[in-house]
Amino acid sequence: MSKLRKYLDKIKPNFEPGGKLSALHSVYDGMETFLYTPKTTSARSGAVHIHDSIDSKRTMIIVVCALLPCFLFGMYNTGYQHWLAQGATEFPFWELMFYGLVTILPRVVVAYVVGLGIEFAFAQLRGEEIQEGFLVTGILVPMICPAELPLWMLAVAVAFSVIFVKEVFGGTGYNVLNVALVTRAFLFFAYPAQMSGDDVYVARGSAFGFAEALPDGFSCATPLGQIATQAGHGVHFTGVDGSLISTWDAFVGLIPGSFGETSTLCILIGAVILLATGIASWRIIVSVIAGGLLTGWLANVCASPVYPGSYISPLDQLLFGGFAFAAVFMATDPVTAARTNTGKYIYGFLVGAMAIIIRTYNNAYPEGAMLAVLLMNCFAPLIDYCVVQANMRRRMKRLNTKSVQQ
Amino acid sequence: MKIKLKKGLNLSIAGALADNAEIVGSQSSAFAVCPDDFPGLLAKTAVKEGDAVAAGSALLFDKQNPEVKVVSPVAGRVKAVVRGERRKVIRIEVEADNSAEVKGPELCKPSDEDSAKRFLAESGMLALMRQRPYDIVPNPDDSVRDIFITAFDSAPLAPSFAVFSCLFDKADYAAGIDVLRKISRGKVYLSHSPEYNPGDYSGAECVEVEGPHPSGNVGVQIANIAPVNKGEVVWTLDLPTLGRIGRLARKGDYEFGTVVGVTGPEVAAPTLVRTICGASVDSIAGKLIPTDGRHLRVISGNVFTGTVVDADGYLRYPYRQITVIPEGDDVDEFMGWASLSPSKMSQSRSFPGHFLGRLFRPDARINGGRRAMIMSGEYDKMIPMDILPEYLVKAILSKNIEDMEKLGIYEVAPEDFAAAEYADTSKLPLQQIVRNGLDYLRKELQ
Repeated sequence: MSKLRKYLDKIKPNFEPGGKLSALHSVYDGMETFLYTPKTTSARSGAVHIHDSIDSKRTMIIVVCALLPCFLFGMYNTGYQHWLAQGATEFPFWELMFYGLVTILPRVVVAYVVGLGIEFAFAQLRGEEIQEGFLVTGILVPMICPAELPLWMLAVAVAFSVIFVKEVFGGTGYNVLNVALVTRAFLFFAYPAQMSGDDVYVARGSAFGFAEALPDGFSCATPLGQIATQAGHGVHFTGVDGSLISTWDAFVGLIPGSFGETSTLCILIGAVILLATGIASWRIIVSVIAGGLLTGWLANVCASPVYPGSYISPLDQLLFGGFAFAAVFMATDPVTAARTNTGKYIYGFLVGAMAIIIRTYNNAYPEGAMLAVLLMNCFAPLIDYCVVQANMRRRMKRLNTKSVQQ
Repeated sequence: MKIKLKKGLNLSIAGALADNAEIVGSQSSAFAVCPDDFPGLLAKTAVKEGDAVAAGSALLFDKQNPEVKVVSPVAGRVKAVVRGERRKVIRIEVEADNSAEVKGPELCKPSDEDSAKRFLAESGMLALMRQRPYDIVPNPDDSVRDIFITAFDSAPLAPSFAVFSCLFDKADYAAGIDVLRKISRGKVYLSHSPEYNPGDYSGAECVEVEGPHPSGNVGVQIANIAPVNKGEVVWTLDLPTLGRIGRLARKGDYEFGTVVGVTGPEVAAPTLVRTICGASVDSIAGKLIPTDGRHLRVISGNVFTGTVVDADGYLRYPYRQITVIPEGDDVDEFMGWASLSPSKMSQSRSFPGHFLGRLFRPDARINGGRRAMIMSGEYDKMIPMDILPEYLVKAILSKNIEDMEKLGIYEVAPEDFAAAEYADTSKLPLQQIVRNGLDYLRKELQ
């Protein structure tokens, strides 16, 4: 037995009921089950004697792994945009990465500390094990916000959504809405100045004196943020340095935007990880993309100068903004998505369609993907209800034909 | 008729029987019958300690239907009636002793529906059968829509039913089907796998069922042949029980012999053992179970639906298999959830072992903590029936009888959910939930 195991066993009595640290039982339990596979064995009868090696810890950690390419790219891109805004012509890789890391790290830490703190408290209150849902939420939240979001706002938003979206419904597995997206929606509606506008999506700070801060008055909107100001037939987007953004740039992701969602390439790598391991539902991802492409094509065919967004090609609709990120990491959240196989197709298609409709026909809300997923989260139970009713009706029909025959 | 099923799983666990495994004999003098093996039976004891019994003498009977009996598999003396809390009978132990001069009960000839049902009930054969709905010992007063016989067991490491040809021949099976024909208002179905077909019989409709576990579960076969509707009753049994019924009807012999596959990763040499139902585990597998001090789990049955028996335990219903696996509570596994070890068994493609096609040595650990249902569609992949398992489980948990009925609770048995329970990320006790649901429904509707 290793020293660590011995140490855990030694301090365990303190956390048992009656021990002096029994108020932290859930925290200890969380650490112990994190470090060592629990020794609980199956019941002696009326249950299976062997269990699959997969558990929710592994499921969640794989999603975090799938997010890592986006996260690393986000670090680079944050630095890249900052350097670009300063008019640099050379982009030293490690300095860019370091700048991005220093900018995002406080947000990640705040999100985890606030969110996990609330989770631990609720677990202790309920006398349950700590559940792993926030492992994913905690990394998702900083990735879908501007890199320099004020920390206190992040803390307030995370606390709001963990408590009112998840814990009041019963914790992980019971929430109706996607916790990470509600955090973003909370910020979007409560602090619009810090979440939209022309000057928040490029990191301006000096990263504790590591780089030069950008001057006041600097501004550069995200591509979708530029739609409202477009006029005439056709759209074109410009980057921080004023150059045009091509479809390829949008695919690679070196454009202004939320920290982790600009690179469709990295999102694709994440999608491959999620689909290869079978963690995410391919039904949802495929149907979100189908819904987005079809609606984007329809909007493009009926393009009109009143809605400049309708000039974006269907492919660009998938590459710009948070669409791809939402399709792969948000719509696929198994708890808030539709749970029946048929329901997943309908749910996914509507997420894709709504995202394009919102961003095209309401120029004030370039982030259609977030609102579309949240909207469909609300409708997912209804979609499932219809699928379940169909199954029930099939059974009733079988019974009725039977009694007619007799 | 041929049915091809896709959903389910085939686990590759070490300790399988060789294809040409020989059948070894065994001798036991201690036998036991456990009332827990007969769900739905309100068991009353028919004997006292010291009573002499013959093979076929009643040991237990049902309080509600006194003609439904559980009988002694051997002749001898009742050694003990072991009781647990609130005097619940745990088991009745019989010591085999051929000198005891007792005659078995007189049975009526199974000539029409009523006499055939009485024949099965009095002879203890009915107790070896099950009915849908509720997965309980059948009630002889019900009118039976169809009878389903399964001629294969698809559970992990289960022996092929071909081994029973050393006990029963085609004439026995044919005679058994004749008895069942008299009871069934509809058909008698005999489902077999592509590997072993016990033969064609004029009274039975043969169905070839191909696919991974749980294709051998009668419930899955029923759902794909002729699903059970509300208000209908079907009876189910396995091939050896059919043979026993036939032998009894044909020759008047009680044949409680059986062949047990002793399997599992902890069994050095997996073996087929010929013995008698209810024999002591020690007499069957004593020499095959290692005694090196590691914690082992000896299961009477398979790893999905079996019951843990201690070394001094007895072979339990359905008397076909013993599996020995490591208990696993003496293992310290550091961060097992992050492991990339190829020896971790999983249906999930996130484990490298999933792709390697090797034999696994799973232990009895739950491998995680219990959670709310998080992943969707996991159960669905394991249950080849037209039901929505997740919603049925939720209806059971919320005790919503109307939804349970509409979602098909009458079609399922706990064993049909075993593969889903194995694969569940949230580690929910699905079989126990379904059993509780069936019991609750039966209590409320009667």
